[in-house]
Amino acid sequence: MVQSLPRLKETASQTAGPYVHIGLTPNYCDISGVFPEDLGARMVDEKTKGERVTYKMRVIDGTGSIVRDALIEIWQADAAGLYNSPSEPRGKADPHFTGWGRQASDKETGVFTFESIKPGRVPFTNGRLQAPHVSIWIVARGINLGLQTRMYFGDEPEANAADPVLTALEHQNRVPTLIAPRTGDTYNFDIHLQGEKETVFFDV
Amino acid sequence: MKNERPETGGFFQRDRTWQPPAFSPGYKSTVVRSPQRAPVSFGNTLTEITGPVFGRSLLGPLDNDLTVNYAKPGESAIGPRIVVYGRVLDENARPVPNVLVEFWQANAGGRYRHKKDGYLAPLDPNFGGCGRTITDEDGNYWFRTIQPGAYPWPNGINDWRPAHIHFAIFGHGFVQRLITQMYFEGDPMIWQCPIVRTIPDRKAIEGLVAALDMASTVPMDARAYKFDIVLRGRRSTLFENKLEGN
Repeated sequence: MVQSLPRLKETASQTAGPYVHIGLTPNYCDISGVFPEDLGARMVDEKTKGERVTYKMRVIDGTGSIVRDALIEIWQADAAGLYNSPSEPRGKADPHFTGWGRQASDKETGVFTFESIKPGRVPFTNGRLQAPHVSIWIVARGINLGLQTRMYFGDEPEANAADPVLTALEHQNRVPTLIAPRTGDTYNFDIHLQGEKETVFFDV
Repeated sequence: MKNERPETGGFFQRDRTWQPPAFSPGYKSTVVRSPQRAPVSFGNTLTEITGPVFGRSLLGPLDNDLTVNYAKPGESAIGPRIVVYGRVLDENARPVPNVLVEFWQANAGGRYRHKKDGYLAPLDPNFGGCGRTITDEDGNYWFRTIQPGAYPWPNGINDWRPAHIHFAIFGHGFVQRLITQMYFEGDPMIWQCPIVRTIPDRKAIEGLVAALDMASTVPMDARAYKFDIVLRGRRSTLFENKLEGN
């Protein structure tokens, strides 16, 4: 026998289920009066620095159907590339930008809309700059453990071509699954859970 | 808050043999919602290590009392009154302070206040079913609620969910984010549930079963259930050559 290591196991995940919005966006599902507003609904205010942009995301299942009962959270740096977090060691982020957003989808179209700003660049572990990106977490009925992915910006071809995460992907033909094309001020990003166009998910 | 240097170590790799696999055909909804390709790994960057924090000013006085936070003044939700408490820890067995914990559940009859729930059991006009709190400096949290009921759900012909409370927990880094469900000690329905059974390891399931704690009951008011939650731990920066900050 040897001494045991003082470690615990992570609590097992369980699906967020079909009623996740009761807990995380109650006002969206007509439970009003408990919380004044749904948390994460607003990421910016009138003083936020940076270029205002909109992300329009959809989640699509293995049959090609739009998933309408999911919930998406995003996390991104401010315009200067700093995270609004106590774990950010490089400096203080824009206090007018939360960096974190949470949305349910439009009940008709299944589109998740985030009003945000385009993030600055953040270094990789080796100090090399990453392309601007948004970290994404998806939970829903039928998803046992929240899925992690990233959205990169379609109008940043040079940064994307040199990004340490994108360039390290074994299957380079899957890189486009992580890049959102830009139309006007909007980036459209479809997340395919399964199938030919399956989005690259991360275990990080 | 304590004046400590922020932790900046990367997180331990998630044990994917302990966590439920994405494709779990006994839970039919996973079949077309499960990625089939291997997830891609890379070392944690600041994107993964950082995460949002929420101040206590967010919380309203009734946020952690589901028996009254949706009820008409002077009334309260119907059902067995309980207190749920515990600690949020990390895999290093250290408390995770100042993190938001959110919870939601069905009412005592097993019915959710949701358009898509068509179960026969009635809604309780005094029960909404959501609440939230923030852990204290030692990682402790607690809230008051009613014990939810079990309910049937469309999966097999006759599948039932054991009584459960959903939890969503923030850590200090965005990749610590966790959603899970708490079950109740002694419930025989736990072991028959296809969603519970997506978890391969019995010990991992036992970690989701809250213990009845008679010593923590509120006499003549509410029983208590203890439910500790463990988030991913992070590597210490102790052994690194170059310490960041001062």
